[in-house]
Amino acid sequence: MPDPGLLLADSSNLLAARNQMAFTLGFHIILACLGVAFPAIMLIAEYRGRRHGDPDALKLAERWSRAVAVLFAVGAVTGTVLSFEMGLLWPHFMERFGDAVGIGFAIEGLFFFTEAIFIAIYIYGWKRLPGWAHFWSGIPIFIAGLGGAASVVAVNSWMNQPAGFELDAQGNVTDVSPWEVLTNPASGYEIPHMILAAYMVAGFGVASVYAVGMLKGRRDRYHRVGFLIPFTVACIVTPIQIFVGDTAAREIADHQPAKFAAMECVYETGPDQTEWIGGICQDGEVKYGIGLPGVDSFLVGWSTDTVVTGLDQIADDEEPQALTLLHTSFDVMVGIGSALLALAAWFAFVWWRRRDLPQTVWFLRAAAVSGVASIIALEAGWIVTEVGRQPWIVQGHMKVEDAVTDAQGLWWVLGFTFLLYVALGVGAYLALRALSRRWREADPAEVTEPYSPRHEEATR
Amino acid sequence: MSEAEAVAIVLLVGGMMYAIFGGADFGAGLWQLRPPAGELGARVTRRIDYSLTPVWEANHVWLIFILVVLWTGFPEAFGAVMTTLYIPLALAAVGIVLRGANFAFRHVITGTSLAWATRLFSISSVLTPFFMGTVVGAVASGEVPPDGGGDPMGSWTGLLPLLIGAMFVATGAYLAAVFLVHDARAADEGDVAAHFRRCALGAAVAAGALAAGGVFALRADARFVYDGLTGPGLPLVILSALAGLGALVLLARGKDDRLTALGRRPLAVGAVAMVIWGWGVAQHPYLLPPEGGSEGLTIEAAAAASGALTTILVVFGIAAILILPSLGLLYVLSQRSLLE
Ligand code: HDD
Ligand code: HEM
Ligand code: HEM
Repeated sequence: MPDPGLLLADSSNLLAARNQMAFTLGFHIILACLGVAFPAIMLIAEYRGRRHGDPDALKLAERWSRAVAVLFAVGAVTGTVLSFEMGLLWPHFMERFGDAVGIGFAIEGLFFFTEAIFIAIYIYGWKRLPGWAHFWSGIPIFIAGLGGAASVVAVNSWMNQPAGFELDAQGNVTDVSPWEVLTNPASGYEIPHMILAAYMVAGFGVASVYAVGMLKGRRDRYHRVGFLIPFTVACIVTPIQIFVGDTAAREIADHQPAKFAAMECVYETGPDQTEWIGGICQDGEVKYGIGLPGVDSFLVGWSTDTVVTGLDQIADDEEPQALTLLHTSFDVMVGIGSALLALAAWFAFVWWRRRDLPQTVWFLRAAAVSGVASIIALEAGWIVTEVGRQPWIVQGHMKVEDAVTDAQGLWWVLGFTFLLYVALGVGAYLALRALSRRWREADPAEVTEPYSPRHEEATR
Repeated sequence: MSEAEAVAIVLLVGGMMYAIFGGADFGAGLWQLRPPAGELGARVTRRIDYSLTPVWEANHVWLIFILVVLWTGFPEAFGAVMTTLYIPLALAAVGIVLRGANFAFRHVITGTSLAWATRLFSISSVLTPFFMGTVVGAVASGEVPPDGGGDPMGSWTGLLPLLIGAMFVATGAYLAAVFLVHDARAADEGDVAAHFRRCALGAAVAAGALAAGGVFALRADARFVYDGLTGPGLPLVILSALAGLGALVLLARGKDDRLTALGRRPLAVGAVAMVIWGWGVAQHPYLLPPEGGSEGLTIEAAAAASGALTTILVVFGIAAILILPSLGLLYVLSQRSLLE
């Protein structure tokens, strides 16, 4: 039966499907982070505006809500594509495990409904709901962001550490217990790590826009408040994030040893493992990296005697591939996390001493790149999670090659999707830039957004 | 009623909501394809924009709802549909991306690119429901084998799928026009309302003609559904026809009295809703009807593990308590702003 030509076609299908999934998820996740955390930042600004009578903060809140609307729309679209892809690319995964996977997504649906409805109400409400009532109409968006993120990520963590289901002899799911599916062991660290990442991406991301403005000489109070609110949020979150990430790494060493061995390039099981920083993992060794003897074992179990499982213990056909990519991604995430922690500490120290921002341009420059840096950390983290799980789609139960569709032409679809998404990304960027330009020119008649009528009506 | 049947009903509720709200959304896009010339055209376009923009996203979530309920509640049927009908589904997804992008960006683009964007928007508003319709038609005509992997082209390019695709477009256009007549009236724009009244009549005639053609195609290619619609589903089909005719009469009279104002929207919506329930009754107890050589897939056989079904029902209960009132609030707010 195994016809070599067919096998080739199949594996190429698999590669196309994986690339497609990775690309669309990697795109969606950026918008998702902004959808999860940006509304909270906007509500903090509105709270400040109303509570302390701060007109700048109130103006920021209103403007941010317009940006949220644009981003939310793009997030919704790319998320819809993902829902289709779950079936179009991985039909056999859904056929067999849809019962379990669907639980998180069903709950997510509730939260997205809430989010879609209240974002519209919130934006419409700027002119129509009185003061604090308007603020409260934003709270469901904040809650829905947390709940939505938690329930989708629960799906992903279930794929990493499946729990709460029983299989019959053919491998079909016969019974699921929704609560155990949602609270699988990986949820405990993946959900908080993801939500905190969202707050870092949104916090540093929004702040970096105002940092760039300040570097261009726009040093008014408006820019200062626009910088301080998101930046403070991100700085508070960063140390917690590193703590959670560290916990995640140790959990993985215990529960997904193959992934851990791959991301740390541990080839041989044993104590006294070297922690490699950077380097290329090839032919059973790490080249060009900086090695810290014993540190890897120490980090896993607080003692250099800790035995760490290496790839030699993993069956050949269950080993993750692309070790260098995994290792580099992990280092990039940790490196960026540490750098952002330093930035946060710098800010906190100066604020504590002088109630002011550090006065050097280097601070603003660092802040200006912090947004992009946290996005890179985010993507790197997902690469560790997803590529590190290979060859499994459901750890220990189903391999990706058994999940993928037989449909033809996936490379064409991938190419088309790529073009479409580039257009989408450029469109989103241009839309936001146009909004900010109009704000700067302070031409209220021109300022509209996806949930409001067009120009003429807005001023009617 | 079993748990699986309850979930099938939830699926049908989602389908109904999407057909009504999502359908009207698509239809409104269609009416932007060729607005009347001149100043009236500008106001027609603006009316559509104004009615659509606050609610499109909420309307859209019903699609996600359907997908998720299908894959959680009936994973095998989902897999079968996805491995057979991936082409029309992927095309529908493209349409959704283009429409959504348009909502996101059109308010900040201007000039000629706006005209282009509007055109793209209208075209995707026609193609998306069309492809979705072909999917439904393919299922009805037994082109989706229960274990998947049906003919990727032939399955949805038969006469029945194409007709049903066209019917999806026409019904959406009809619903949209009826809603827009109402909105234009509320905003006191008599000539815009008159324009949409004509649109509604045109779409109603088109939908009626397609439905008549559809009956023959059903008889030929989807005997199981045909028998169901003319058997246990018949009362609902008759109700739908009556509601549709009633709405048509109200519109055709051209008067704008209280009766018309109160009746046209519920009757139009009722006509669509009844067909969908009729269809559900006709297919019962099958999710994929036995047709052609295929033995079909029943609701019970396709059902997921019980825990998953329970989750769907609980989530649906919560949605009914929390989401529907919020949705109502949103619709009320957006209707009220019509009056300002
Ligand atoms: C702003 C983003 C960000 C930052 C600064 C960090 N992470 Fe992270 N990390 C993510 C964003 C992220 C993520 C959201 O991309 C992932 C992917 C899946 C997940 O749950 O979180 C992730 C995954 C992830 C994983 C894999 C989890 C799995 O496979 O299930 C580990 C082991 C870590 N992280 C560890 C860390 C450590 C030790 C950090 C210390 C500096 C760190 N992360 C900073
Ligand atoms: C919570 C939600 C997520 C779910 C349910 C999910 C699910 C999946 C599935 C089904 C696949 C295909 C099978 C596989 O290769 O294992 C996949 C692959 C992948 N996903 Fe995720 N994913 C999620 C989040 C993300 C995010 C946010 C990213 C961001 C970058 C991401 C990155 C990837 C990558 C890189 C692959 C390809 C792995 C490879 O081919 O080696 N995932 N994911
Ligand atoms: C396989 C993975 C995923 C799928 C299938 C998926 C699906 C979806 C869908 C269908 C929507 C649109 C909802 C609407 O119409 O309003 C959406 C939007 C959204 N998704 Fe995802 N999603 C995935 C991964 C993620 C992840 C990992 C997160 C993150 C934390 C996330 C967070 C969001 C958020 C916040 C939105 C709302 C849009 C926004 O605020 O920008 N999604 N997603």
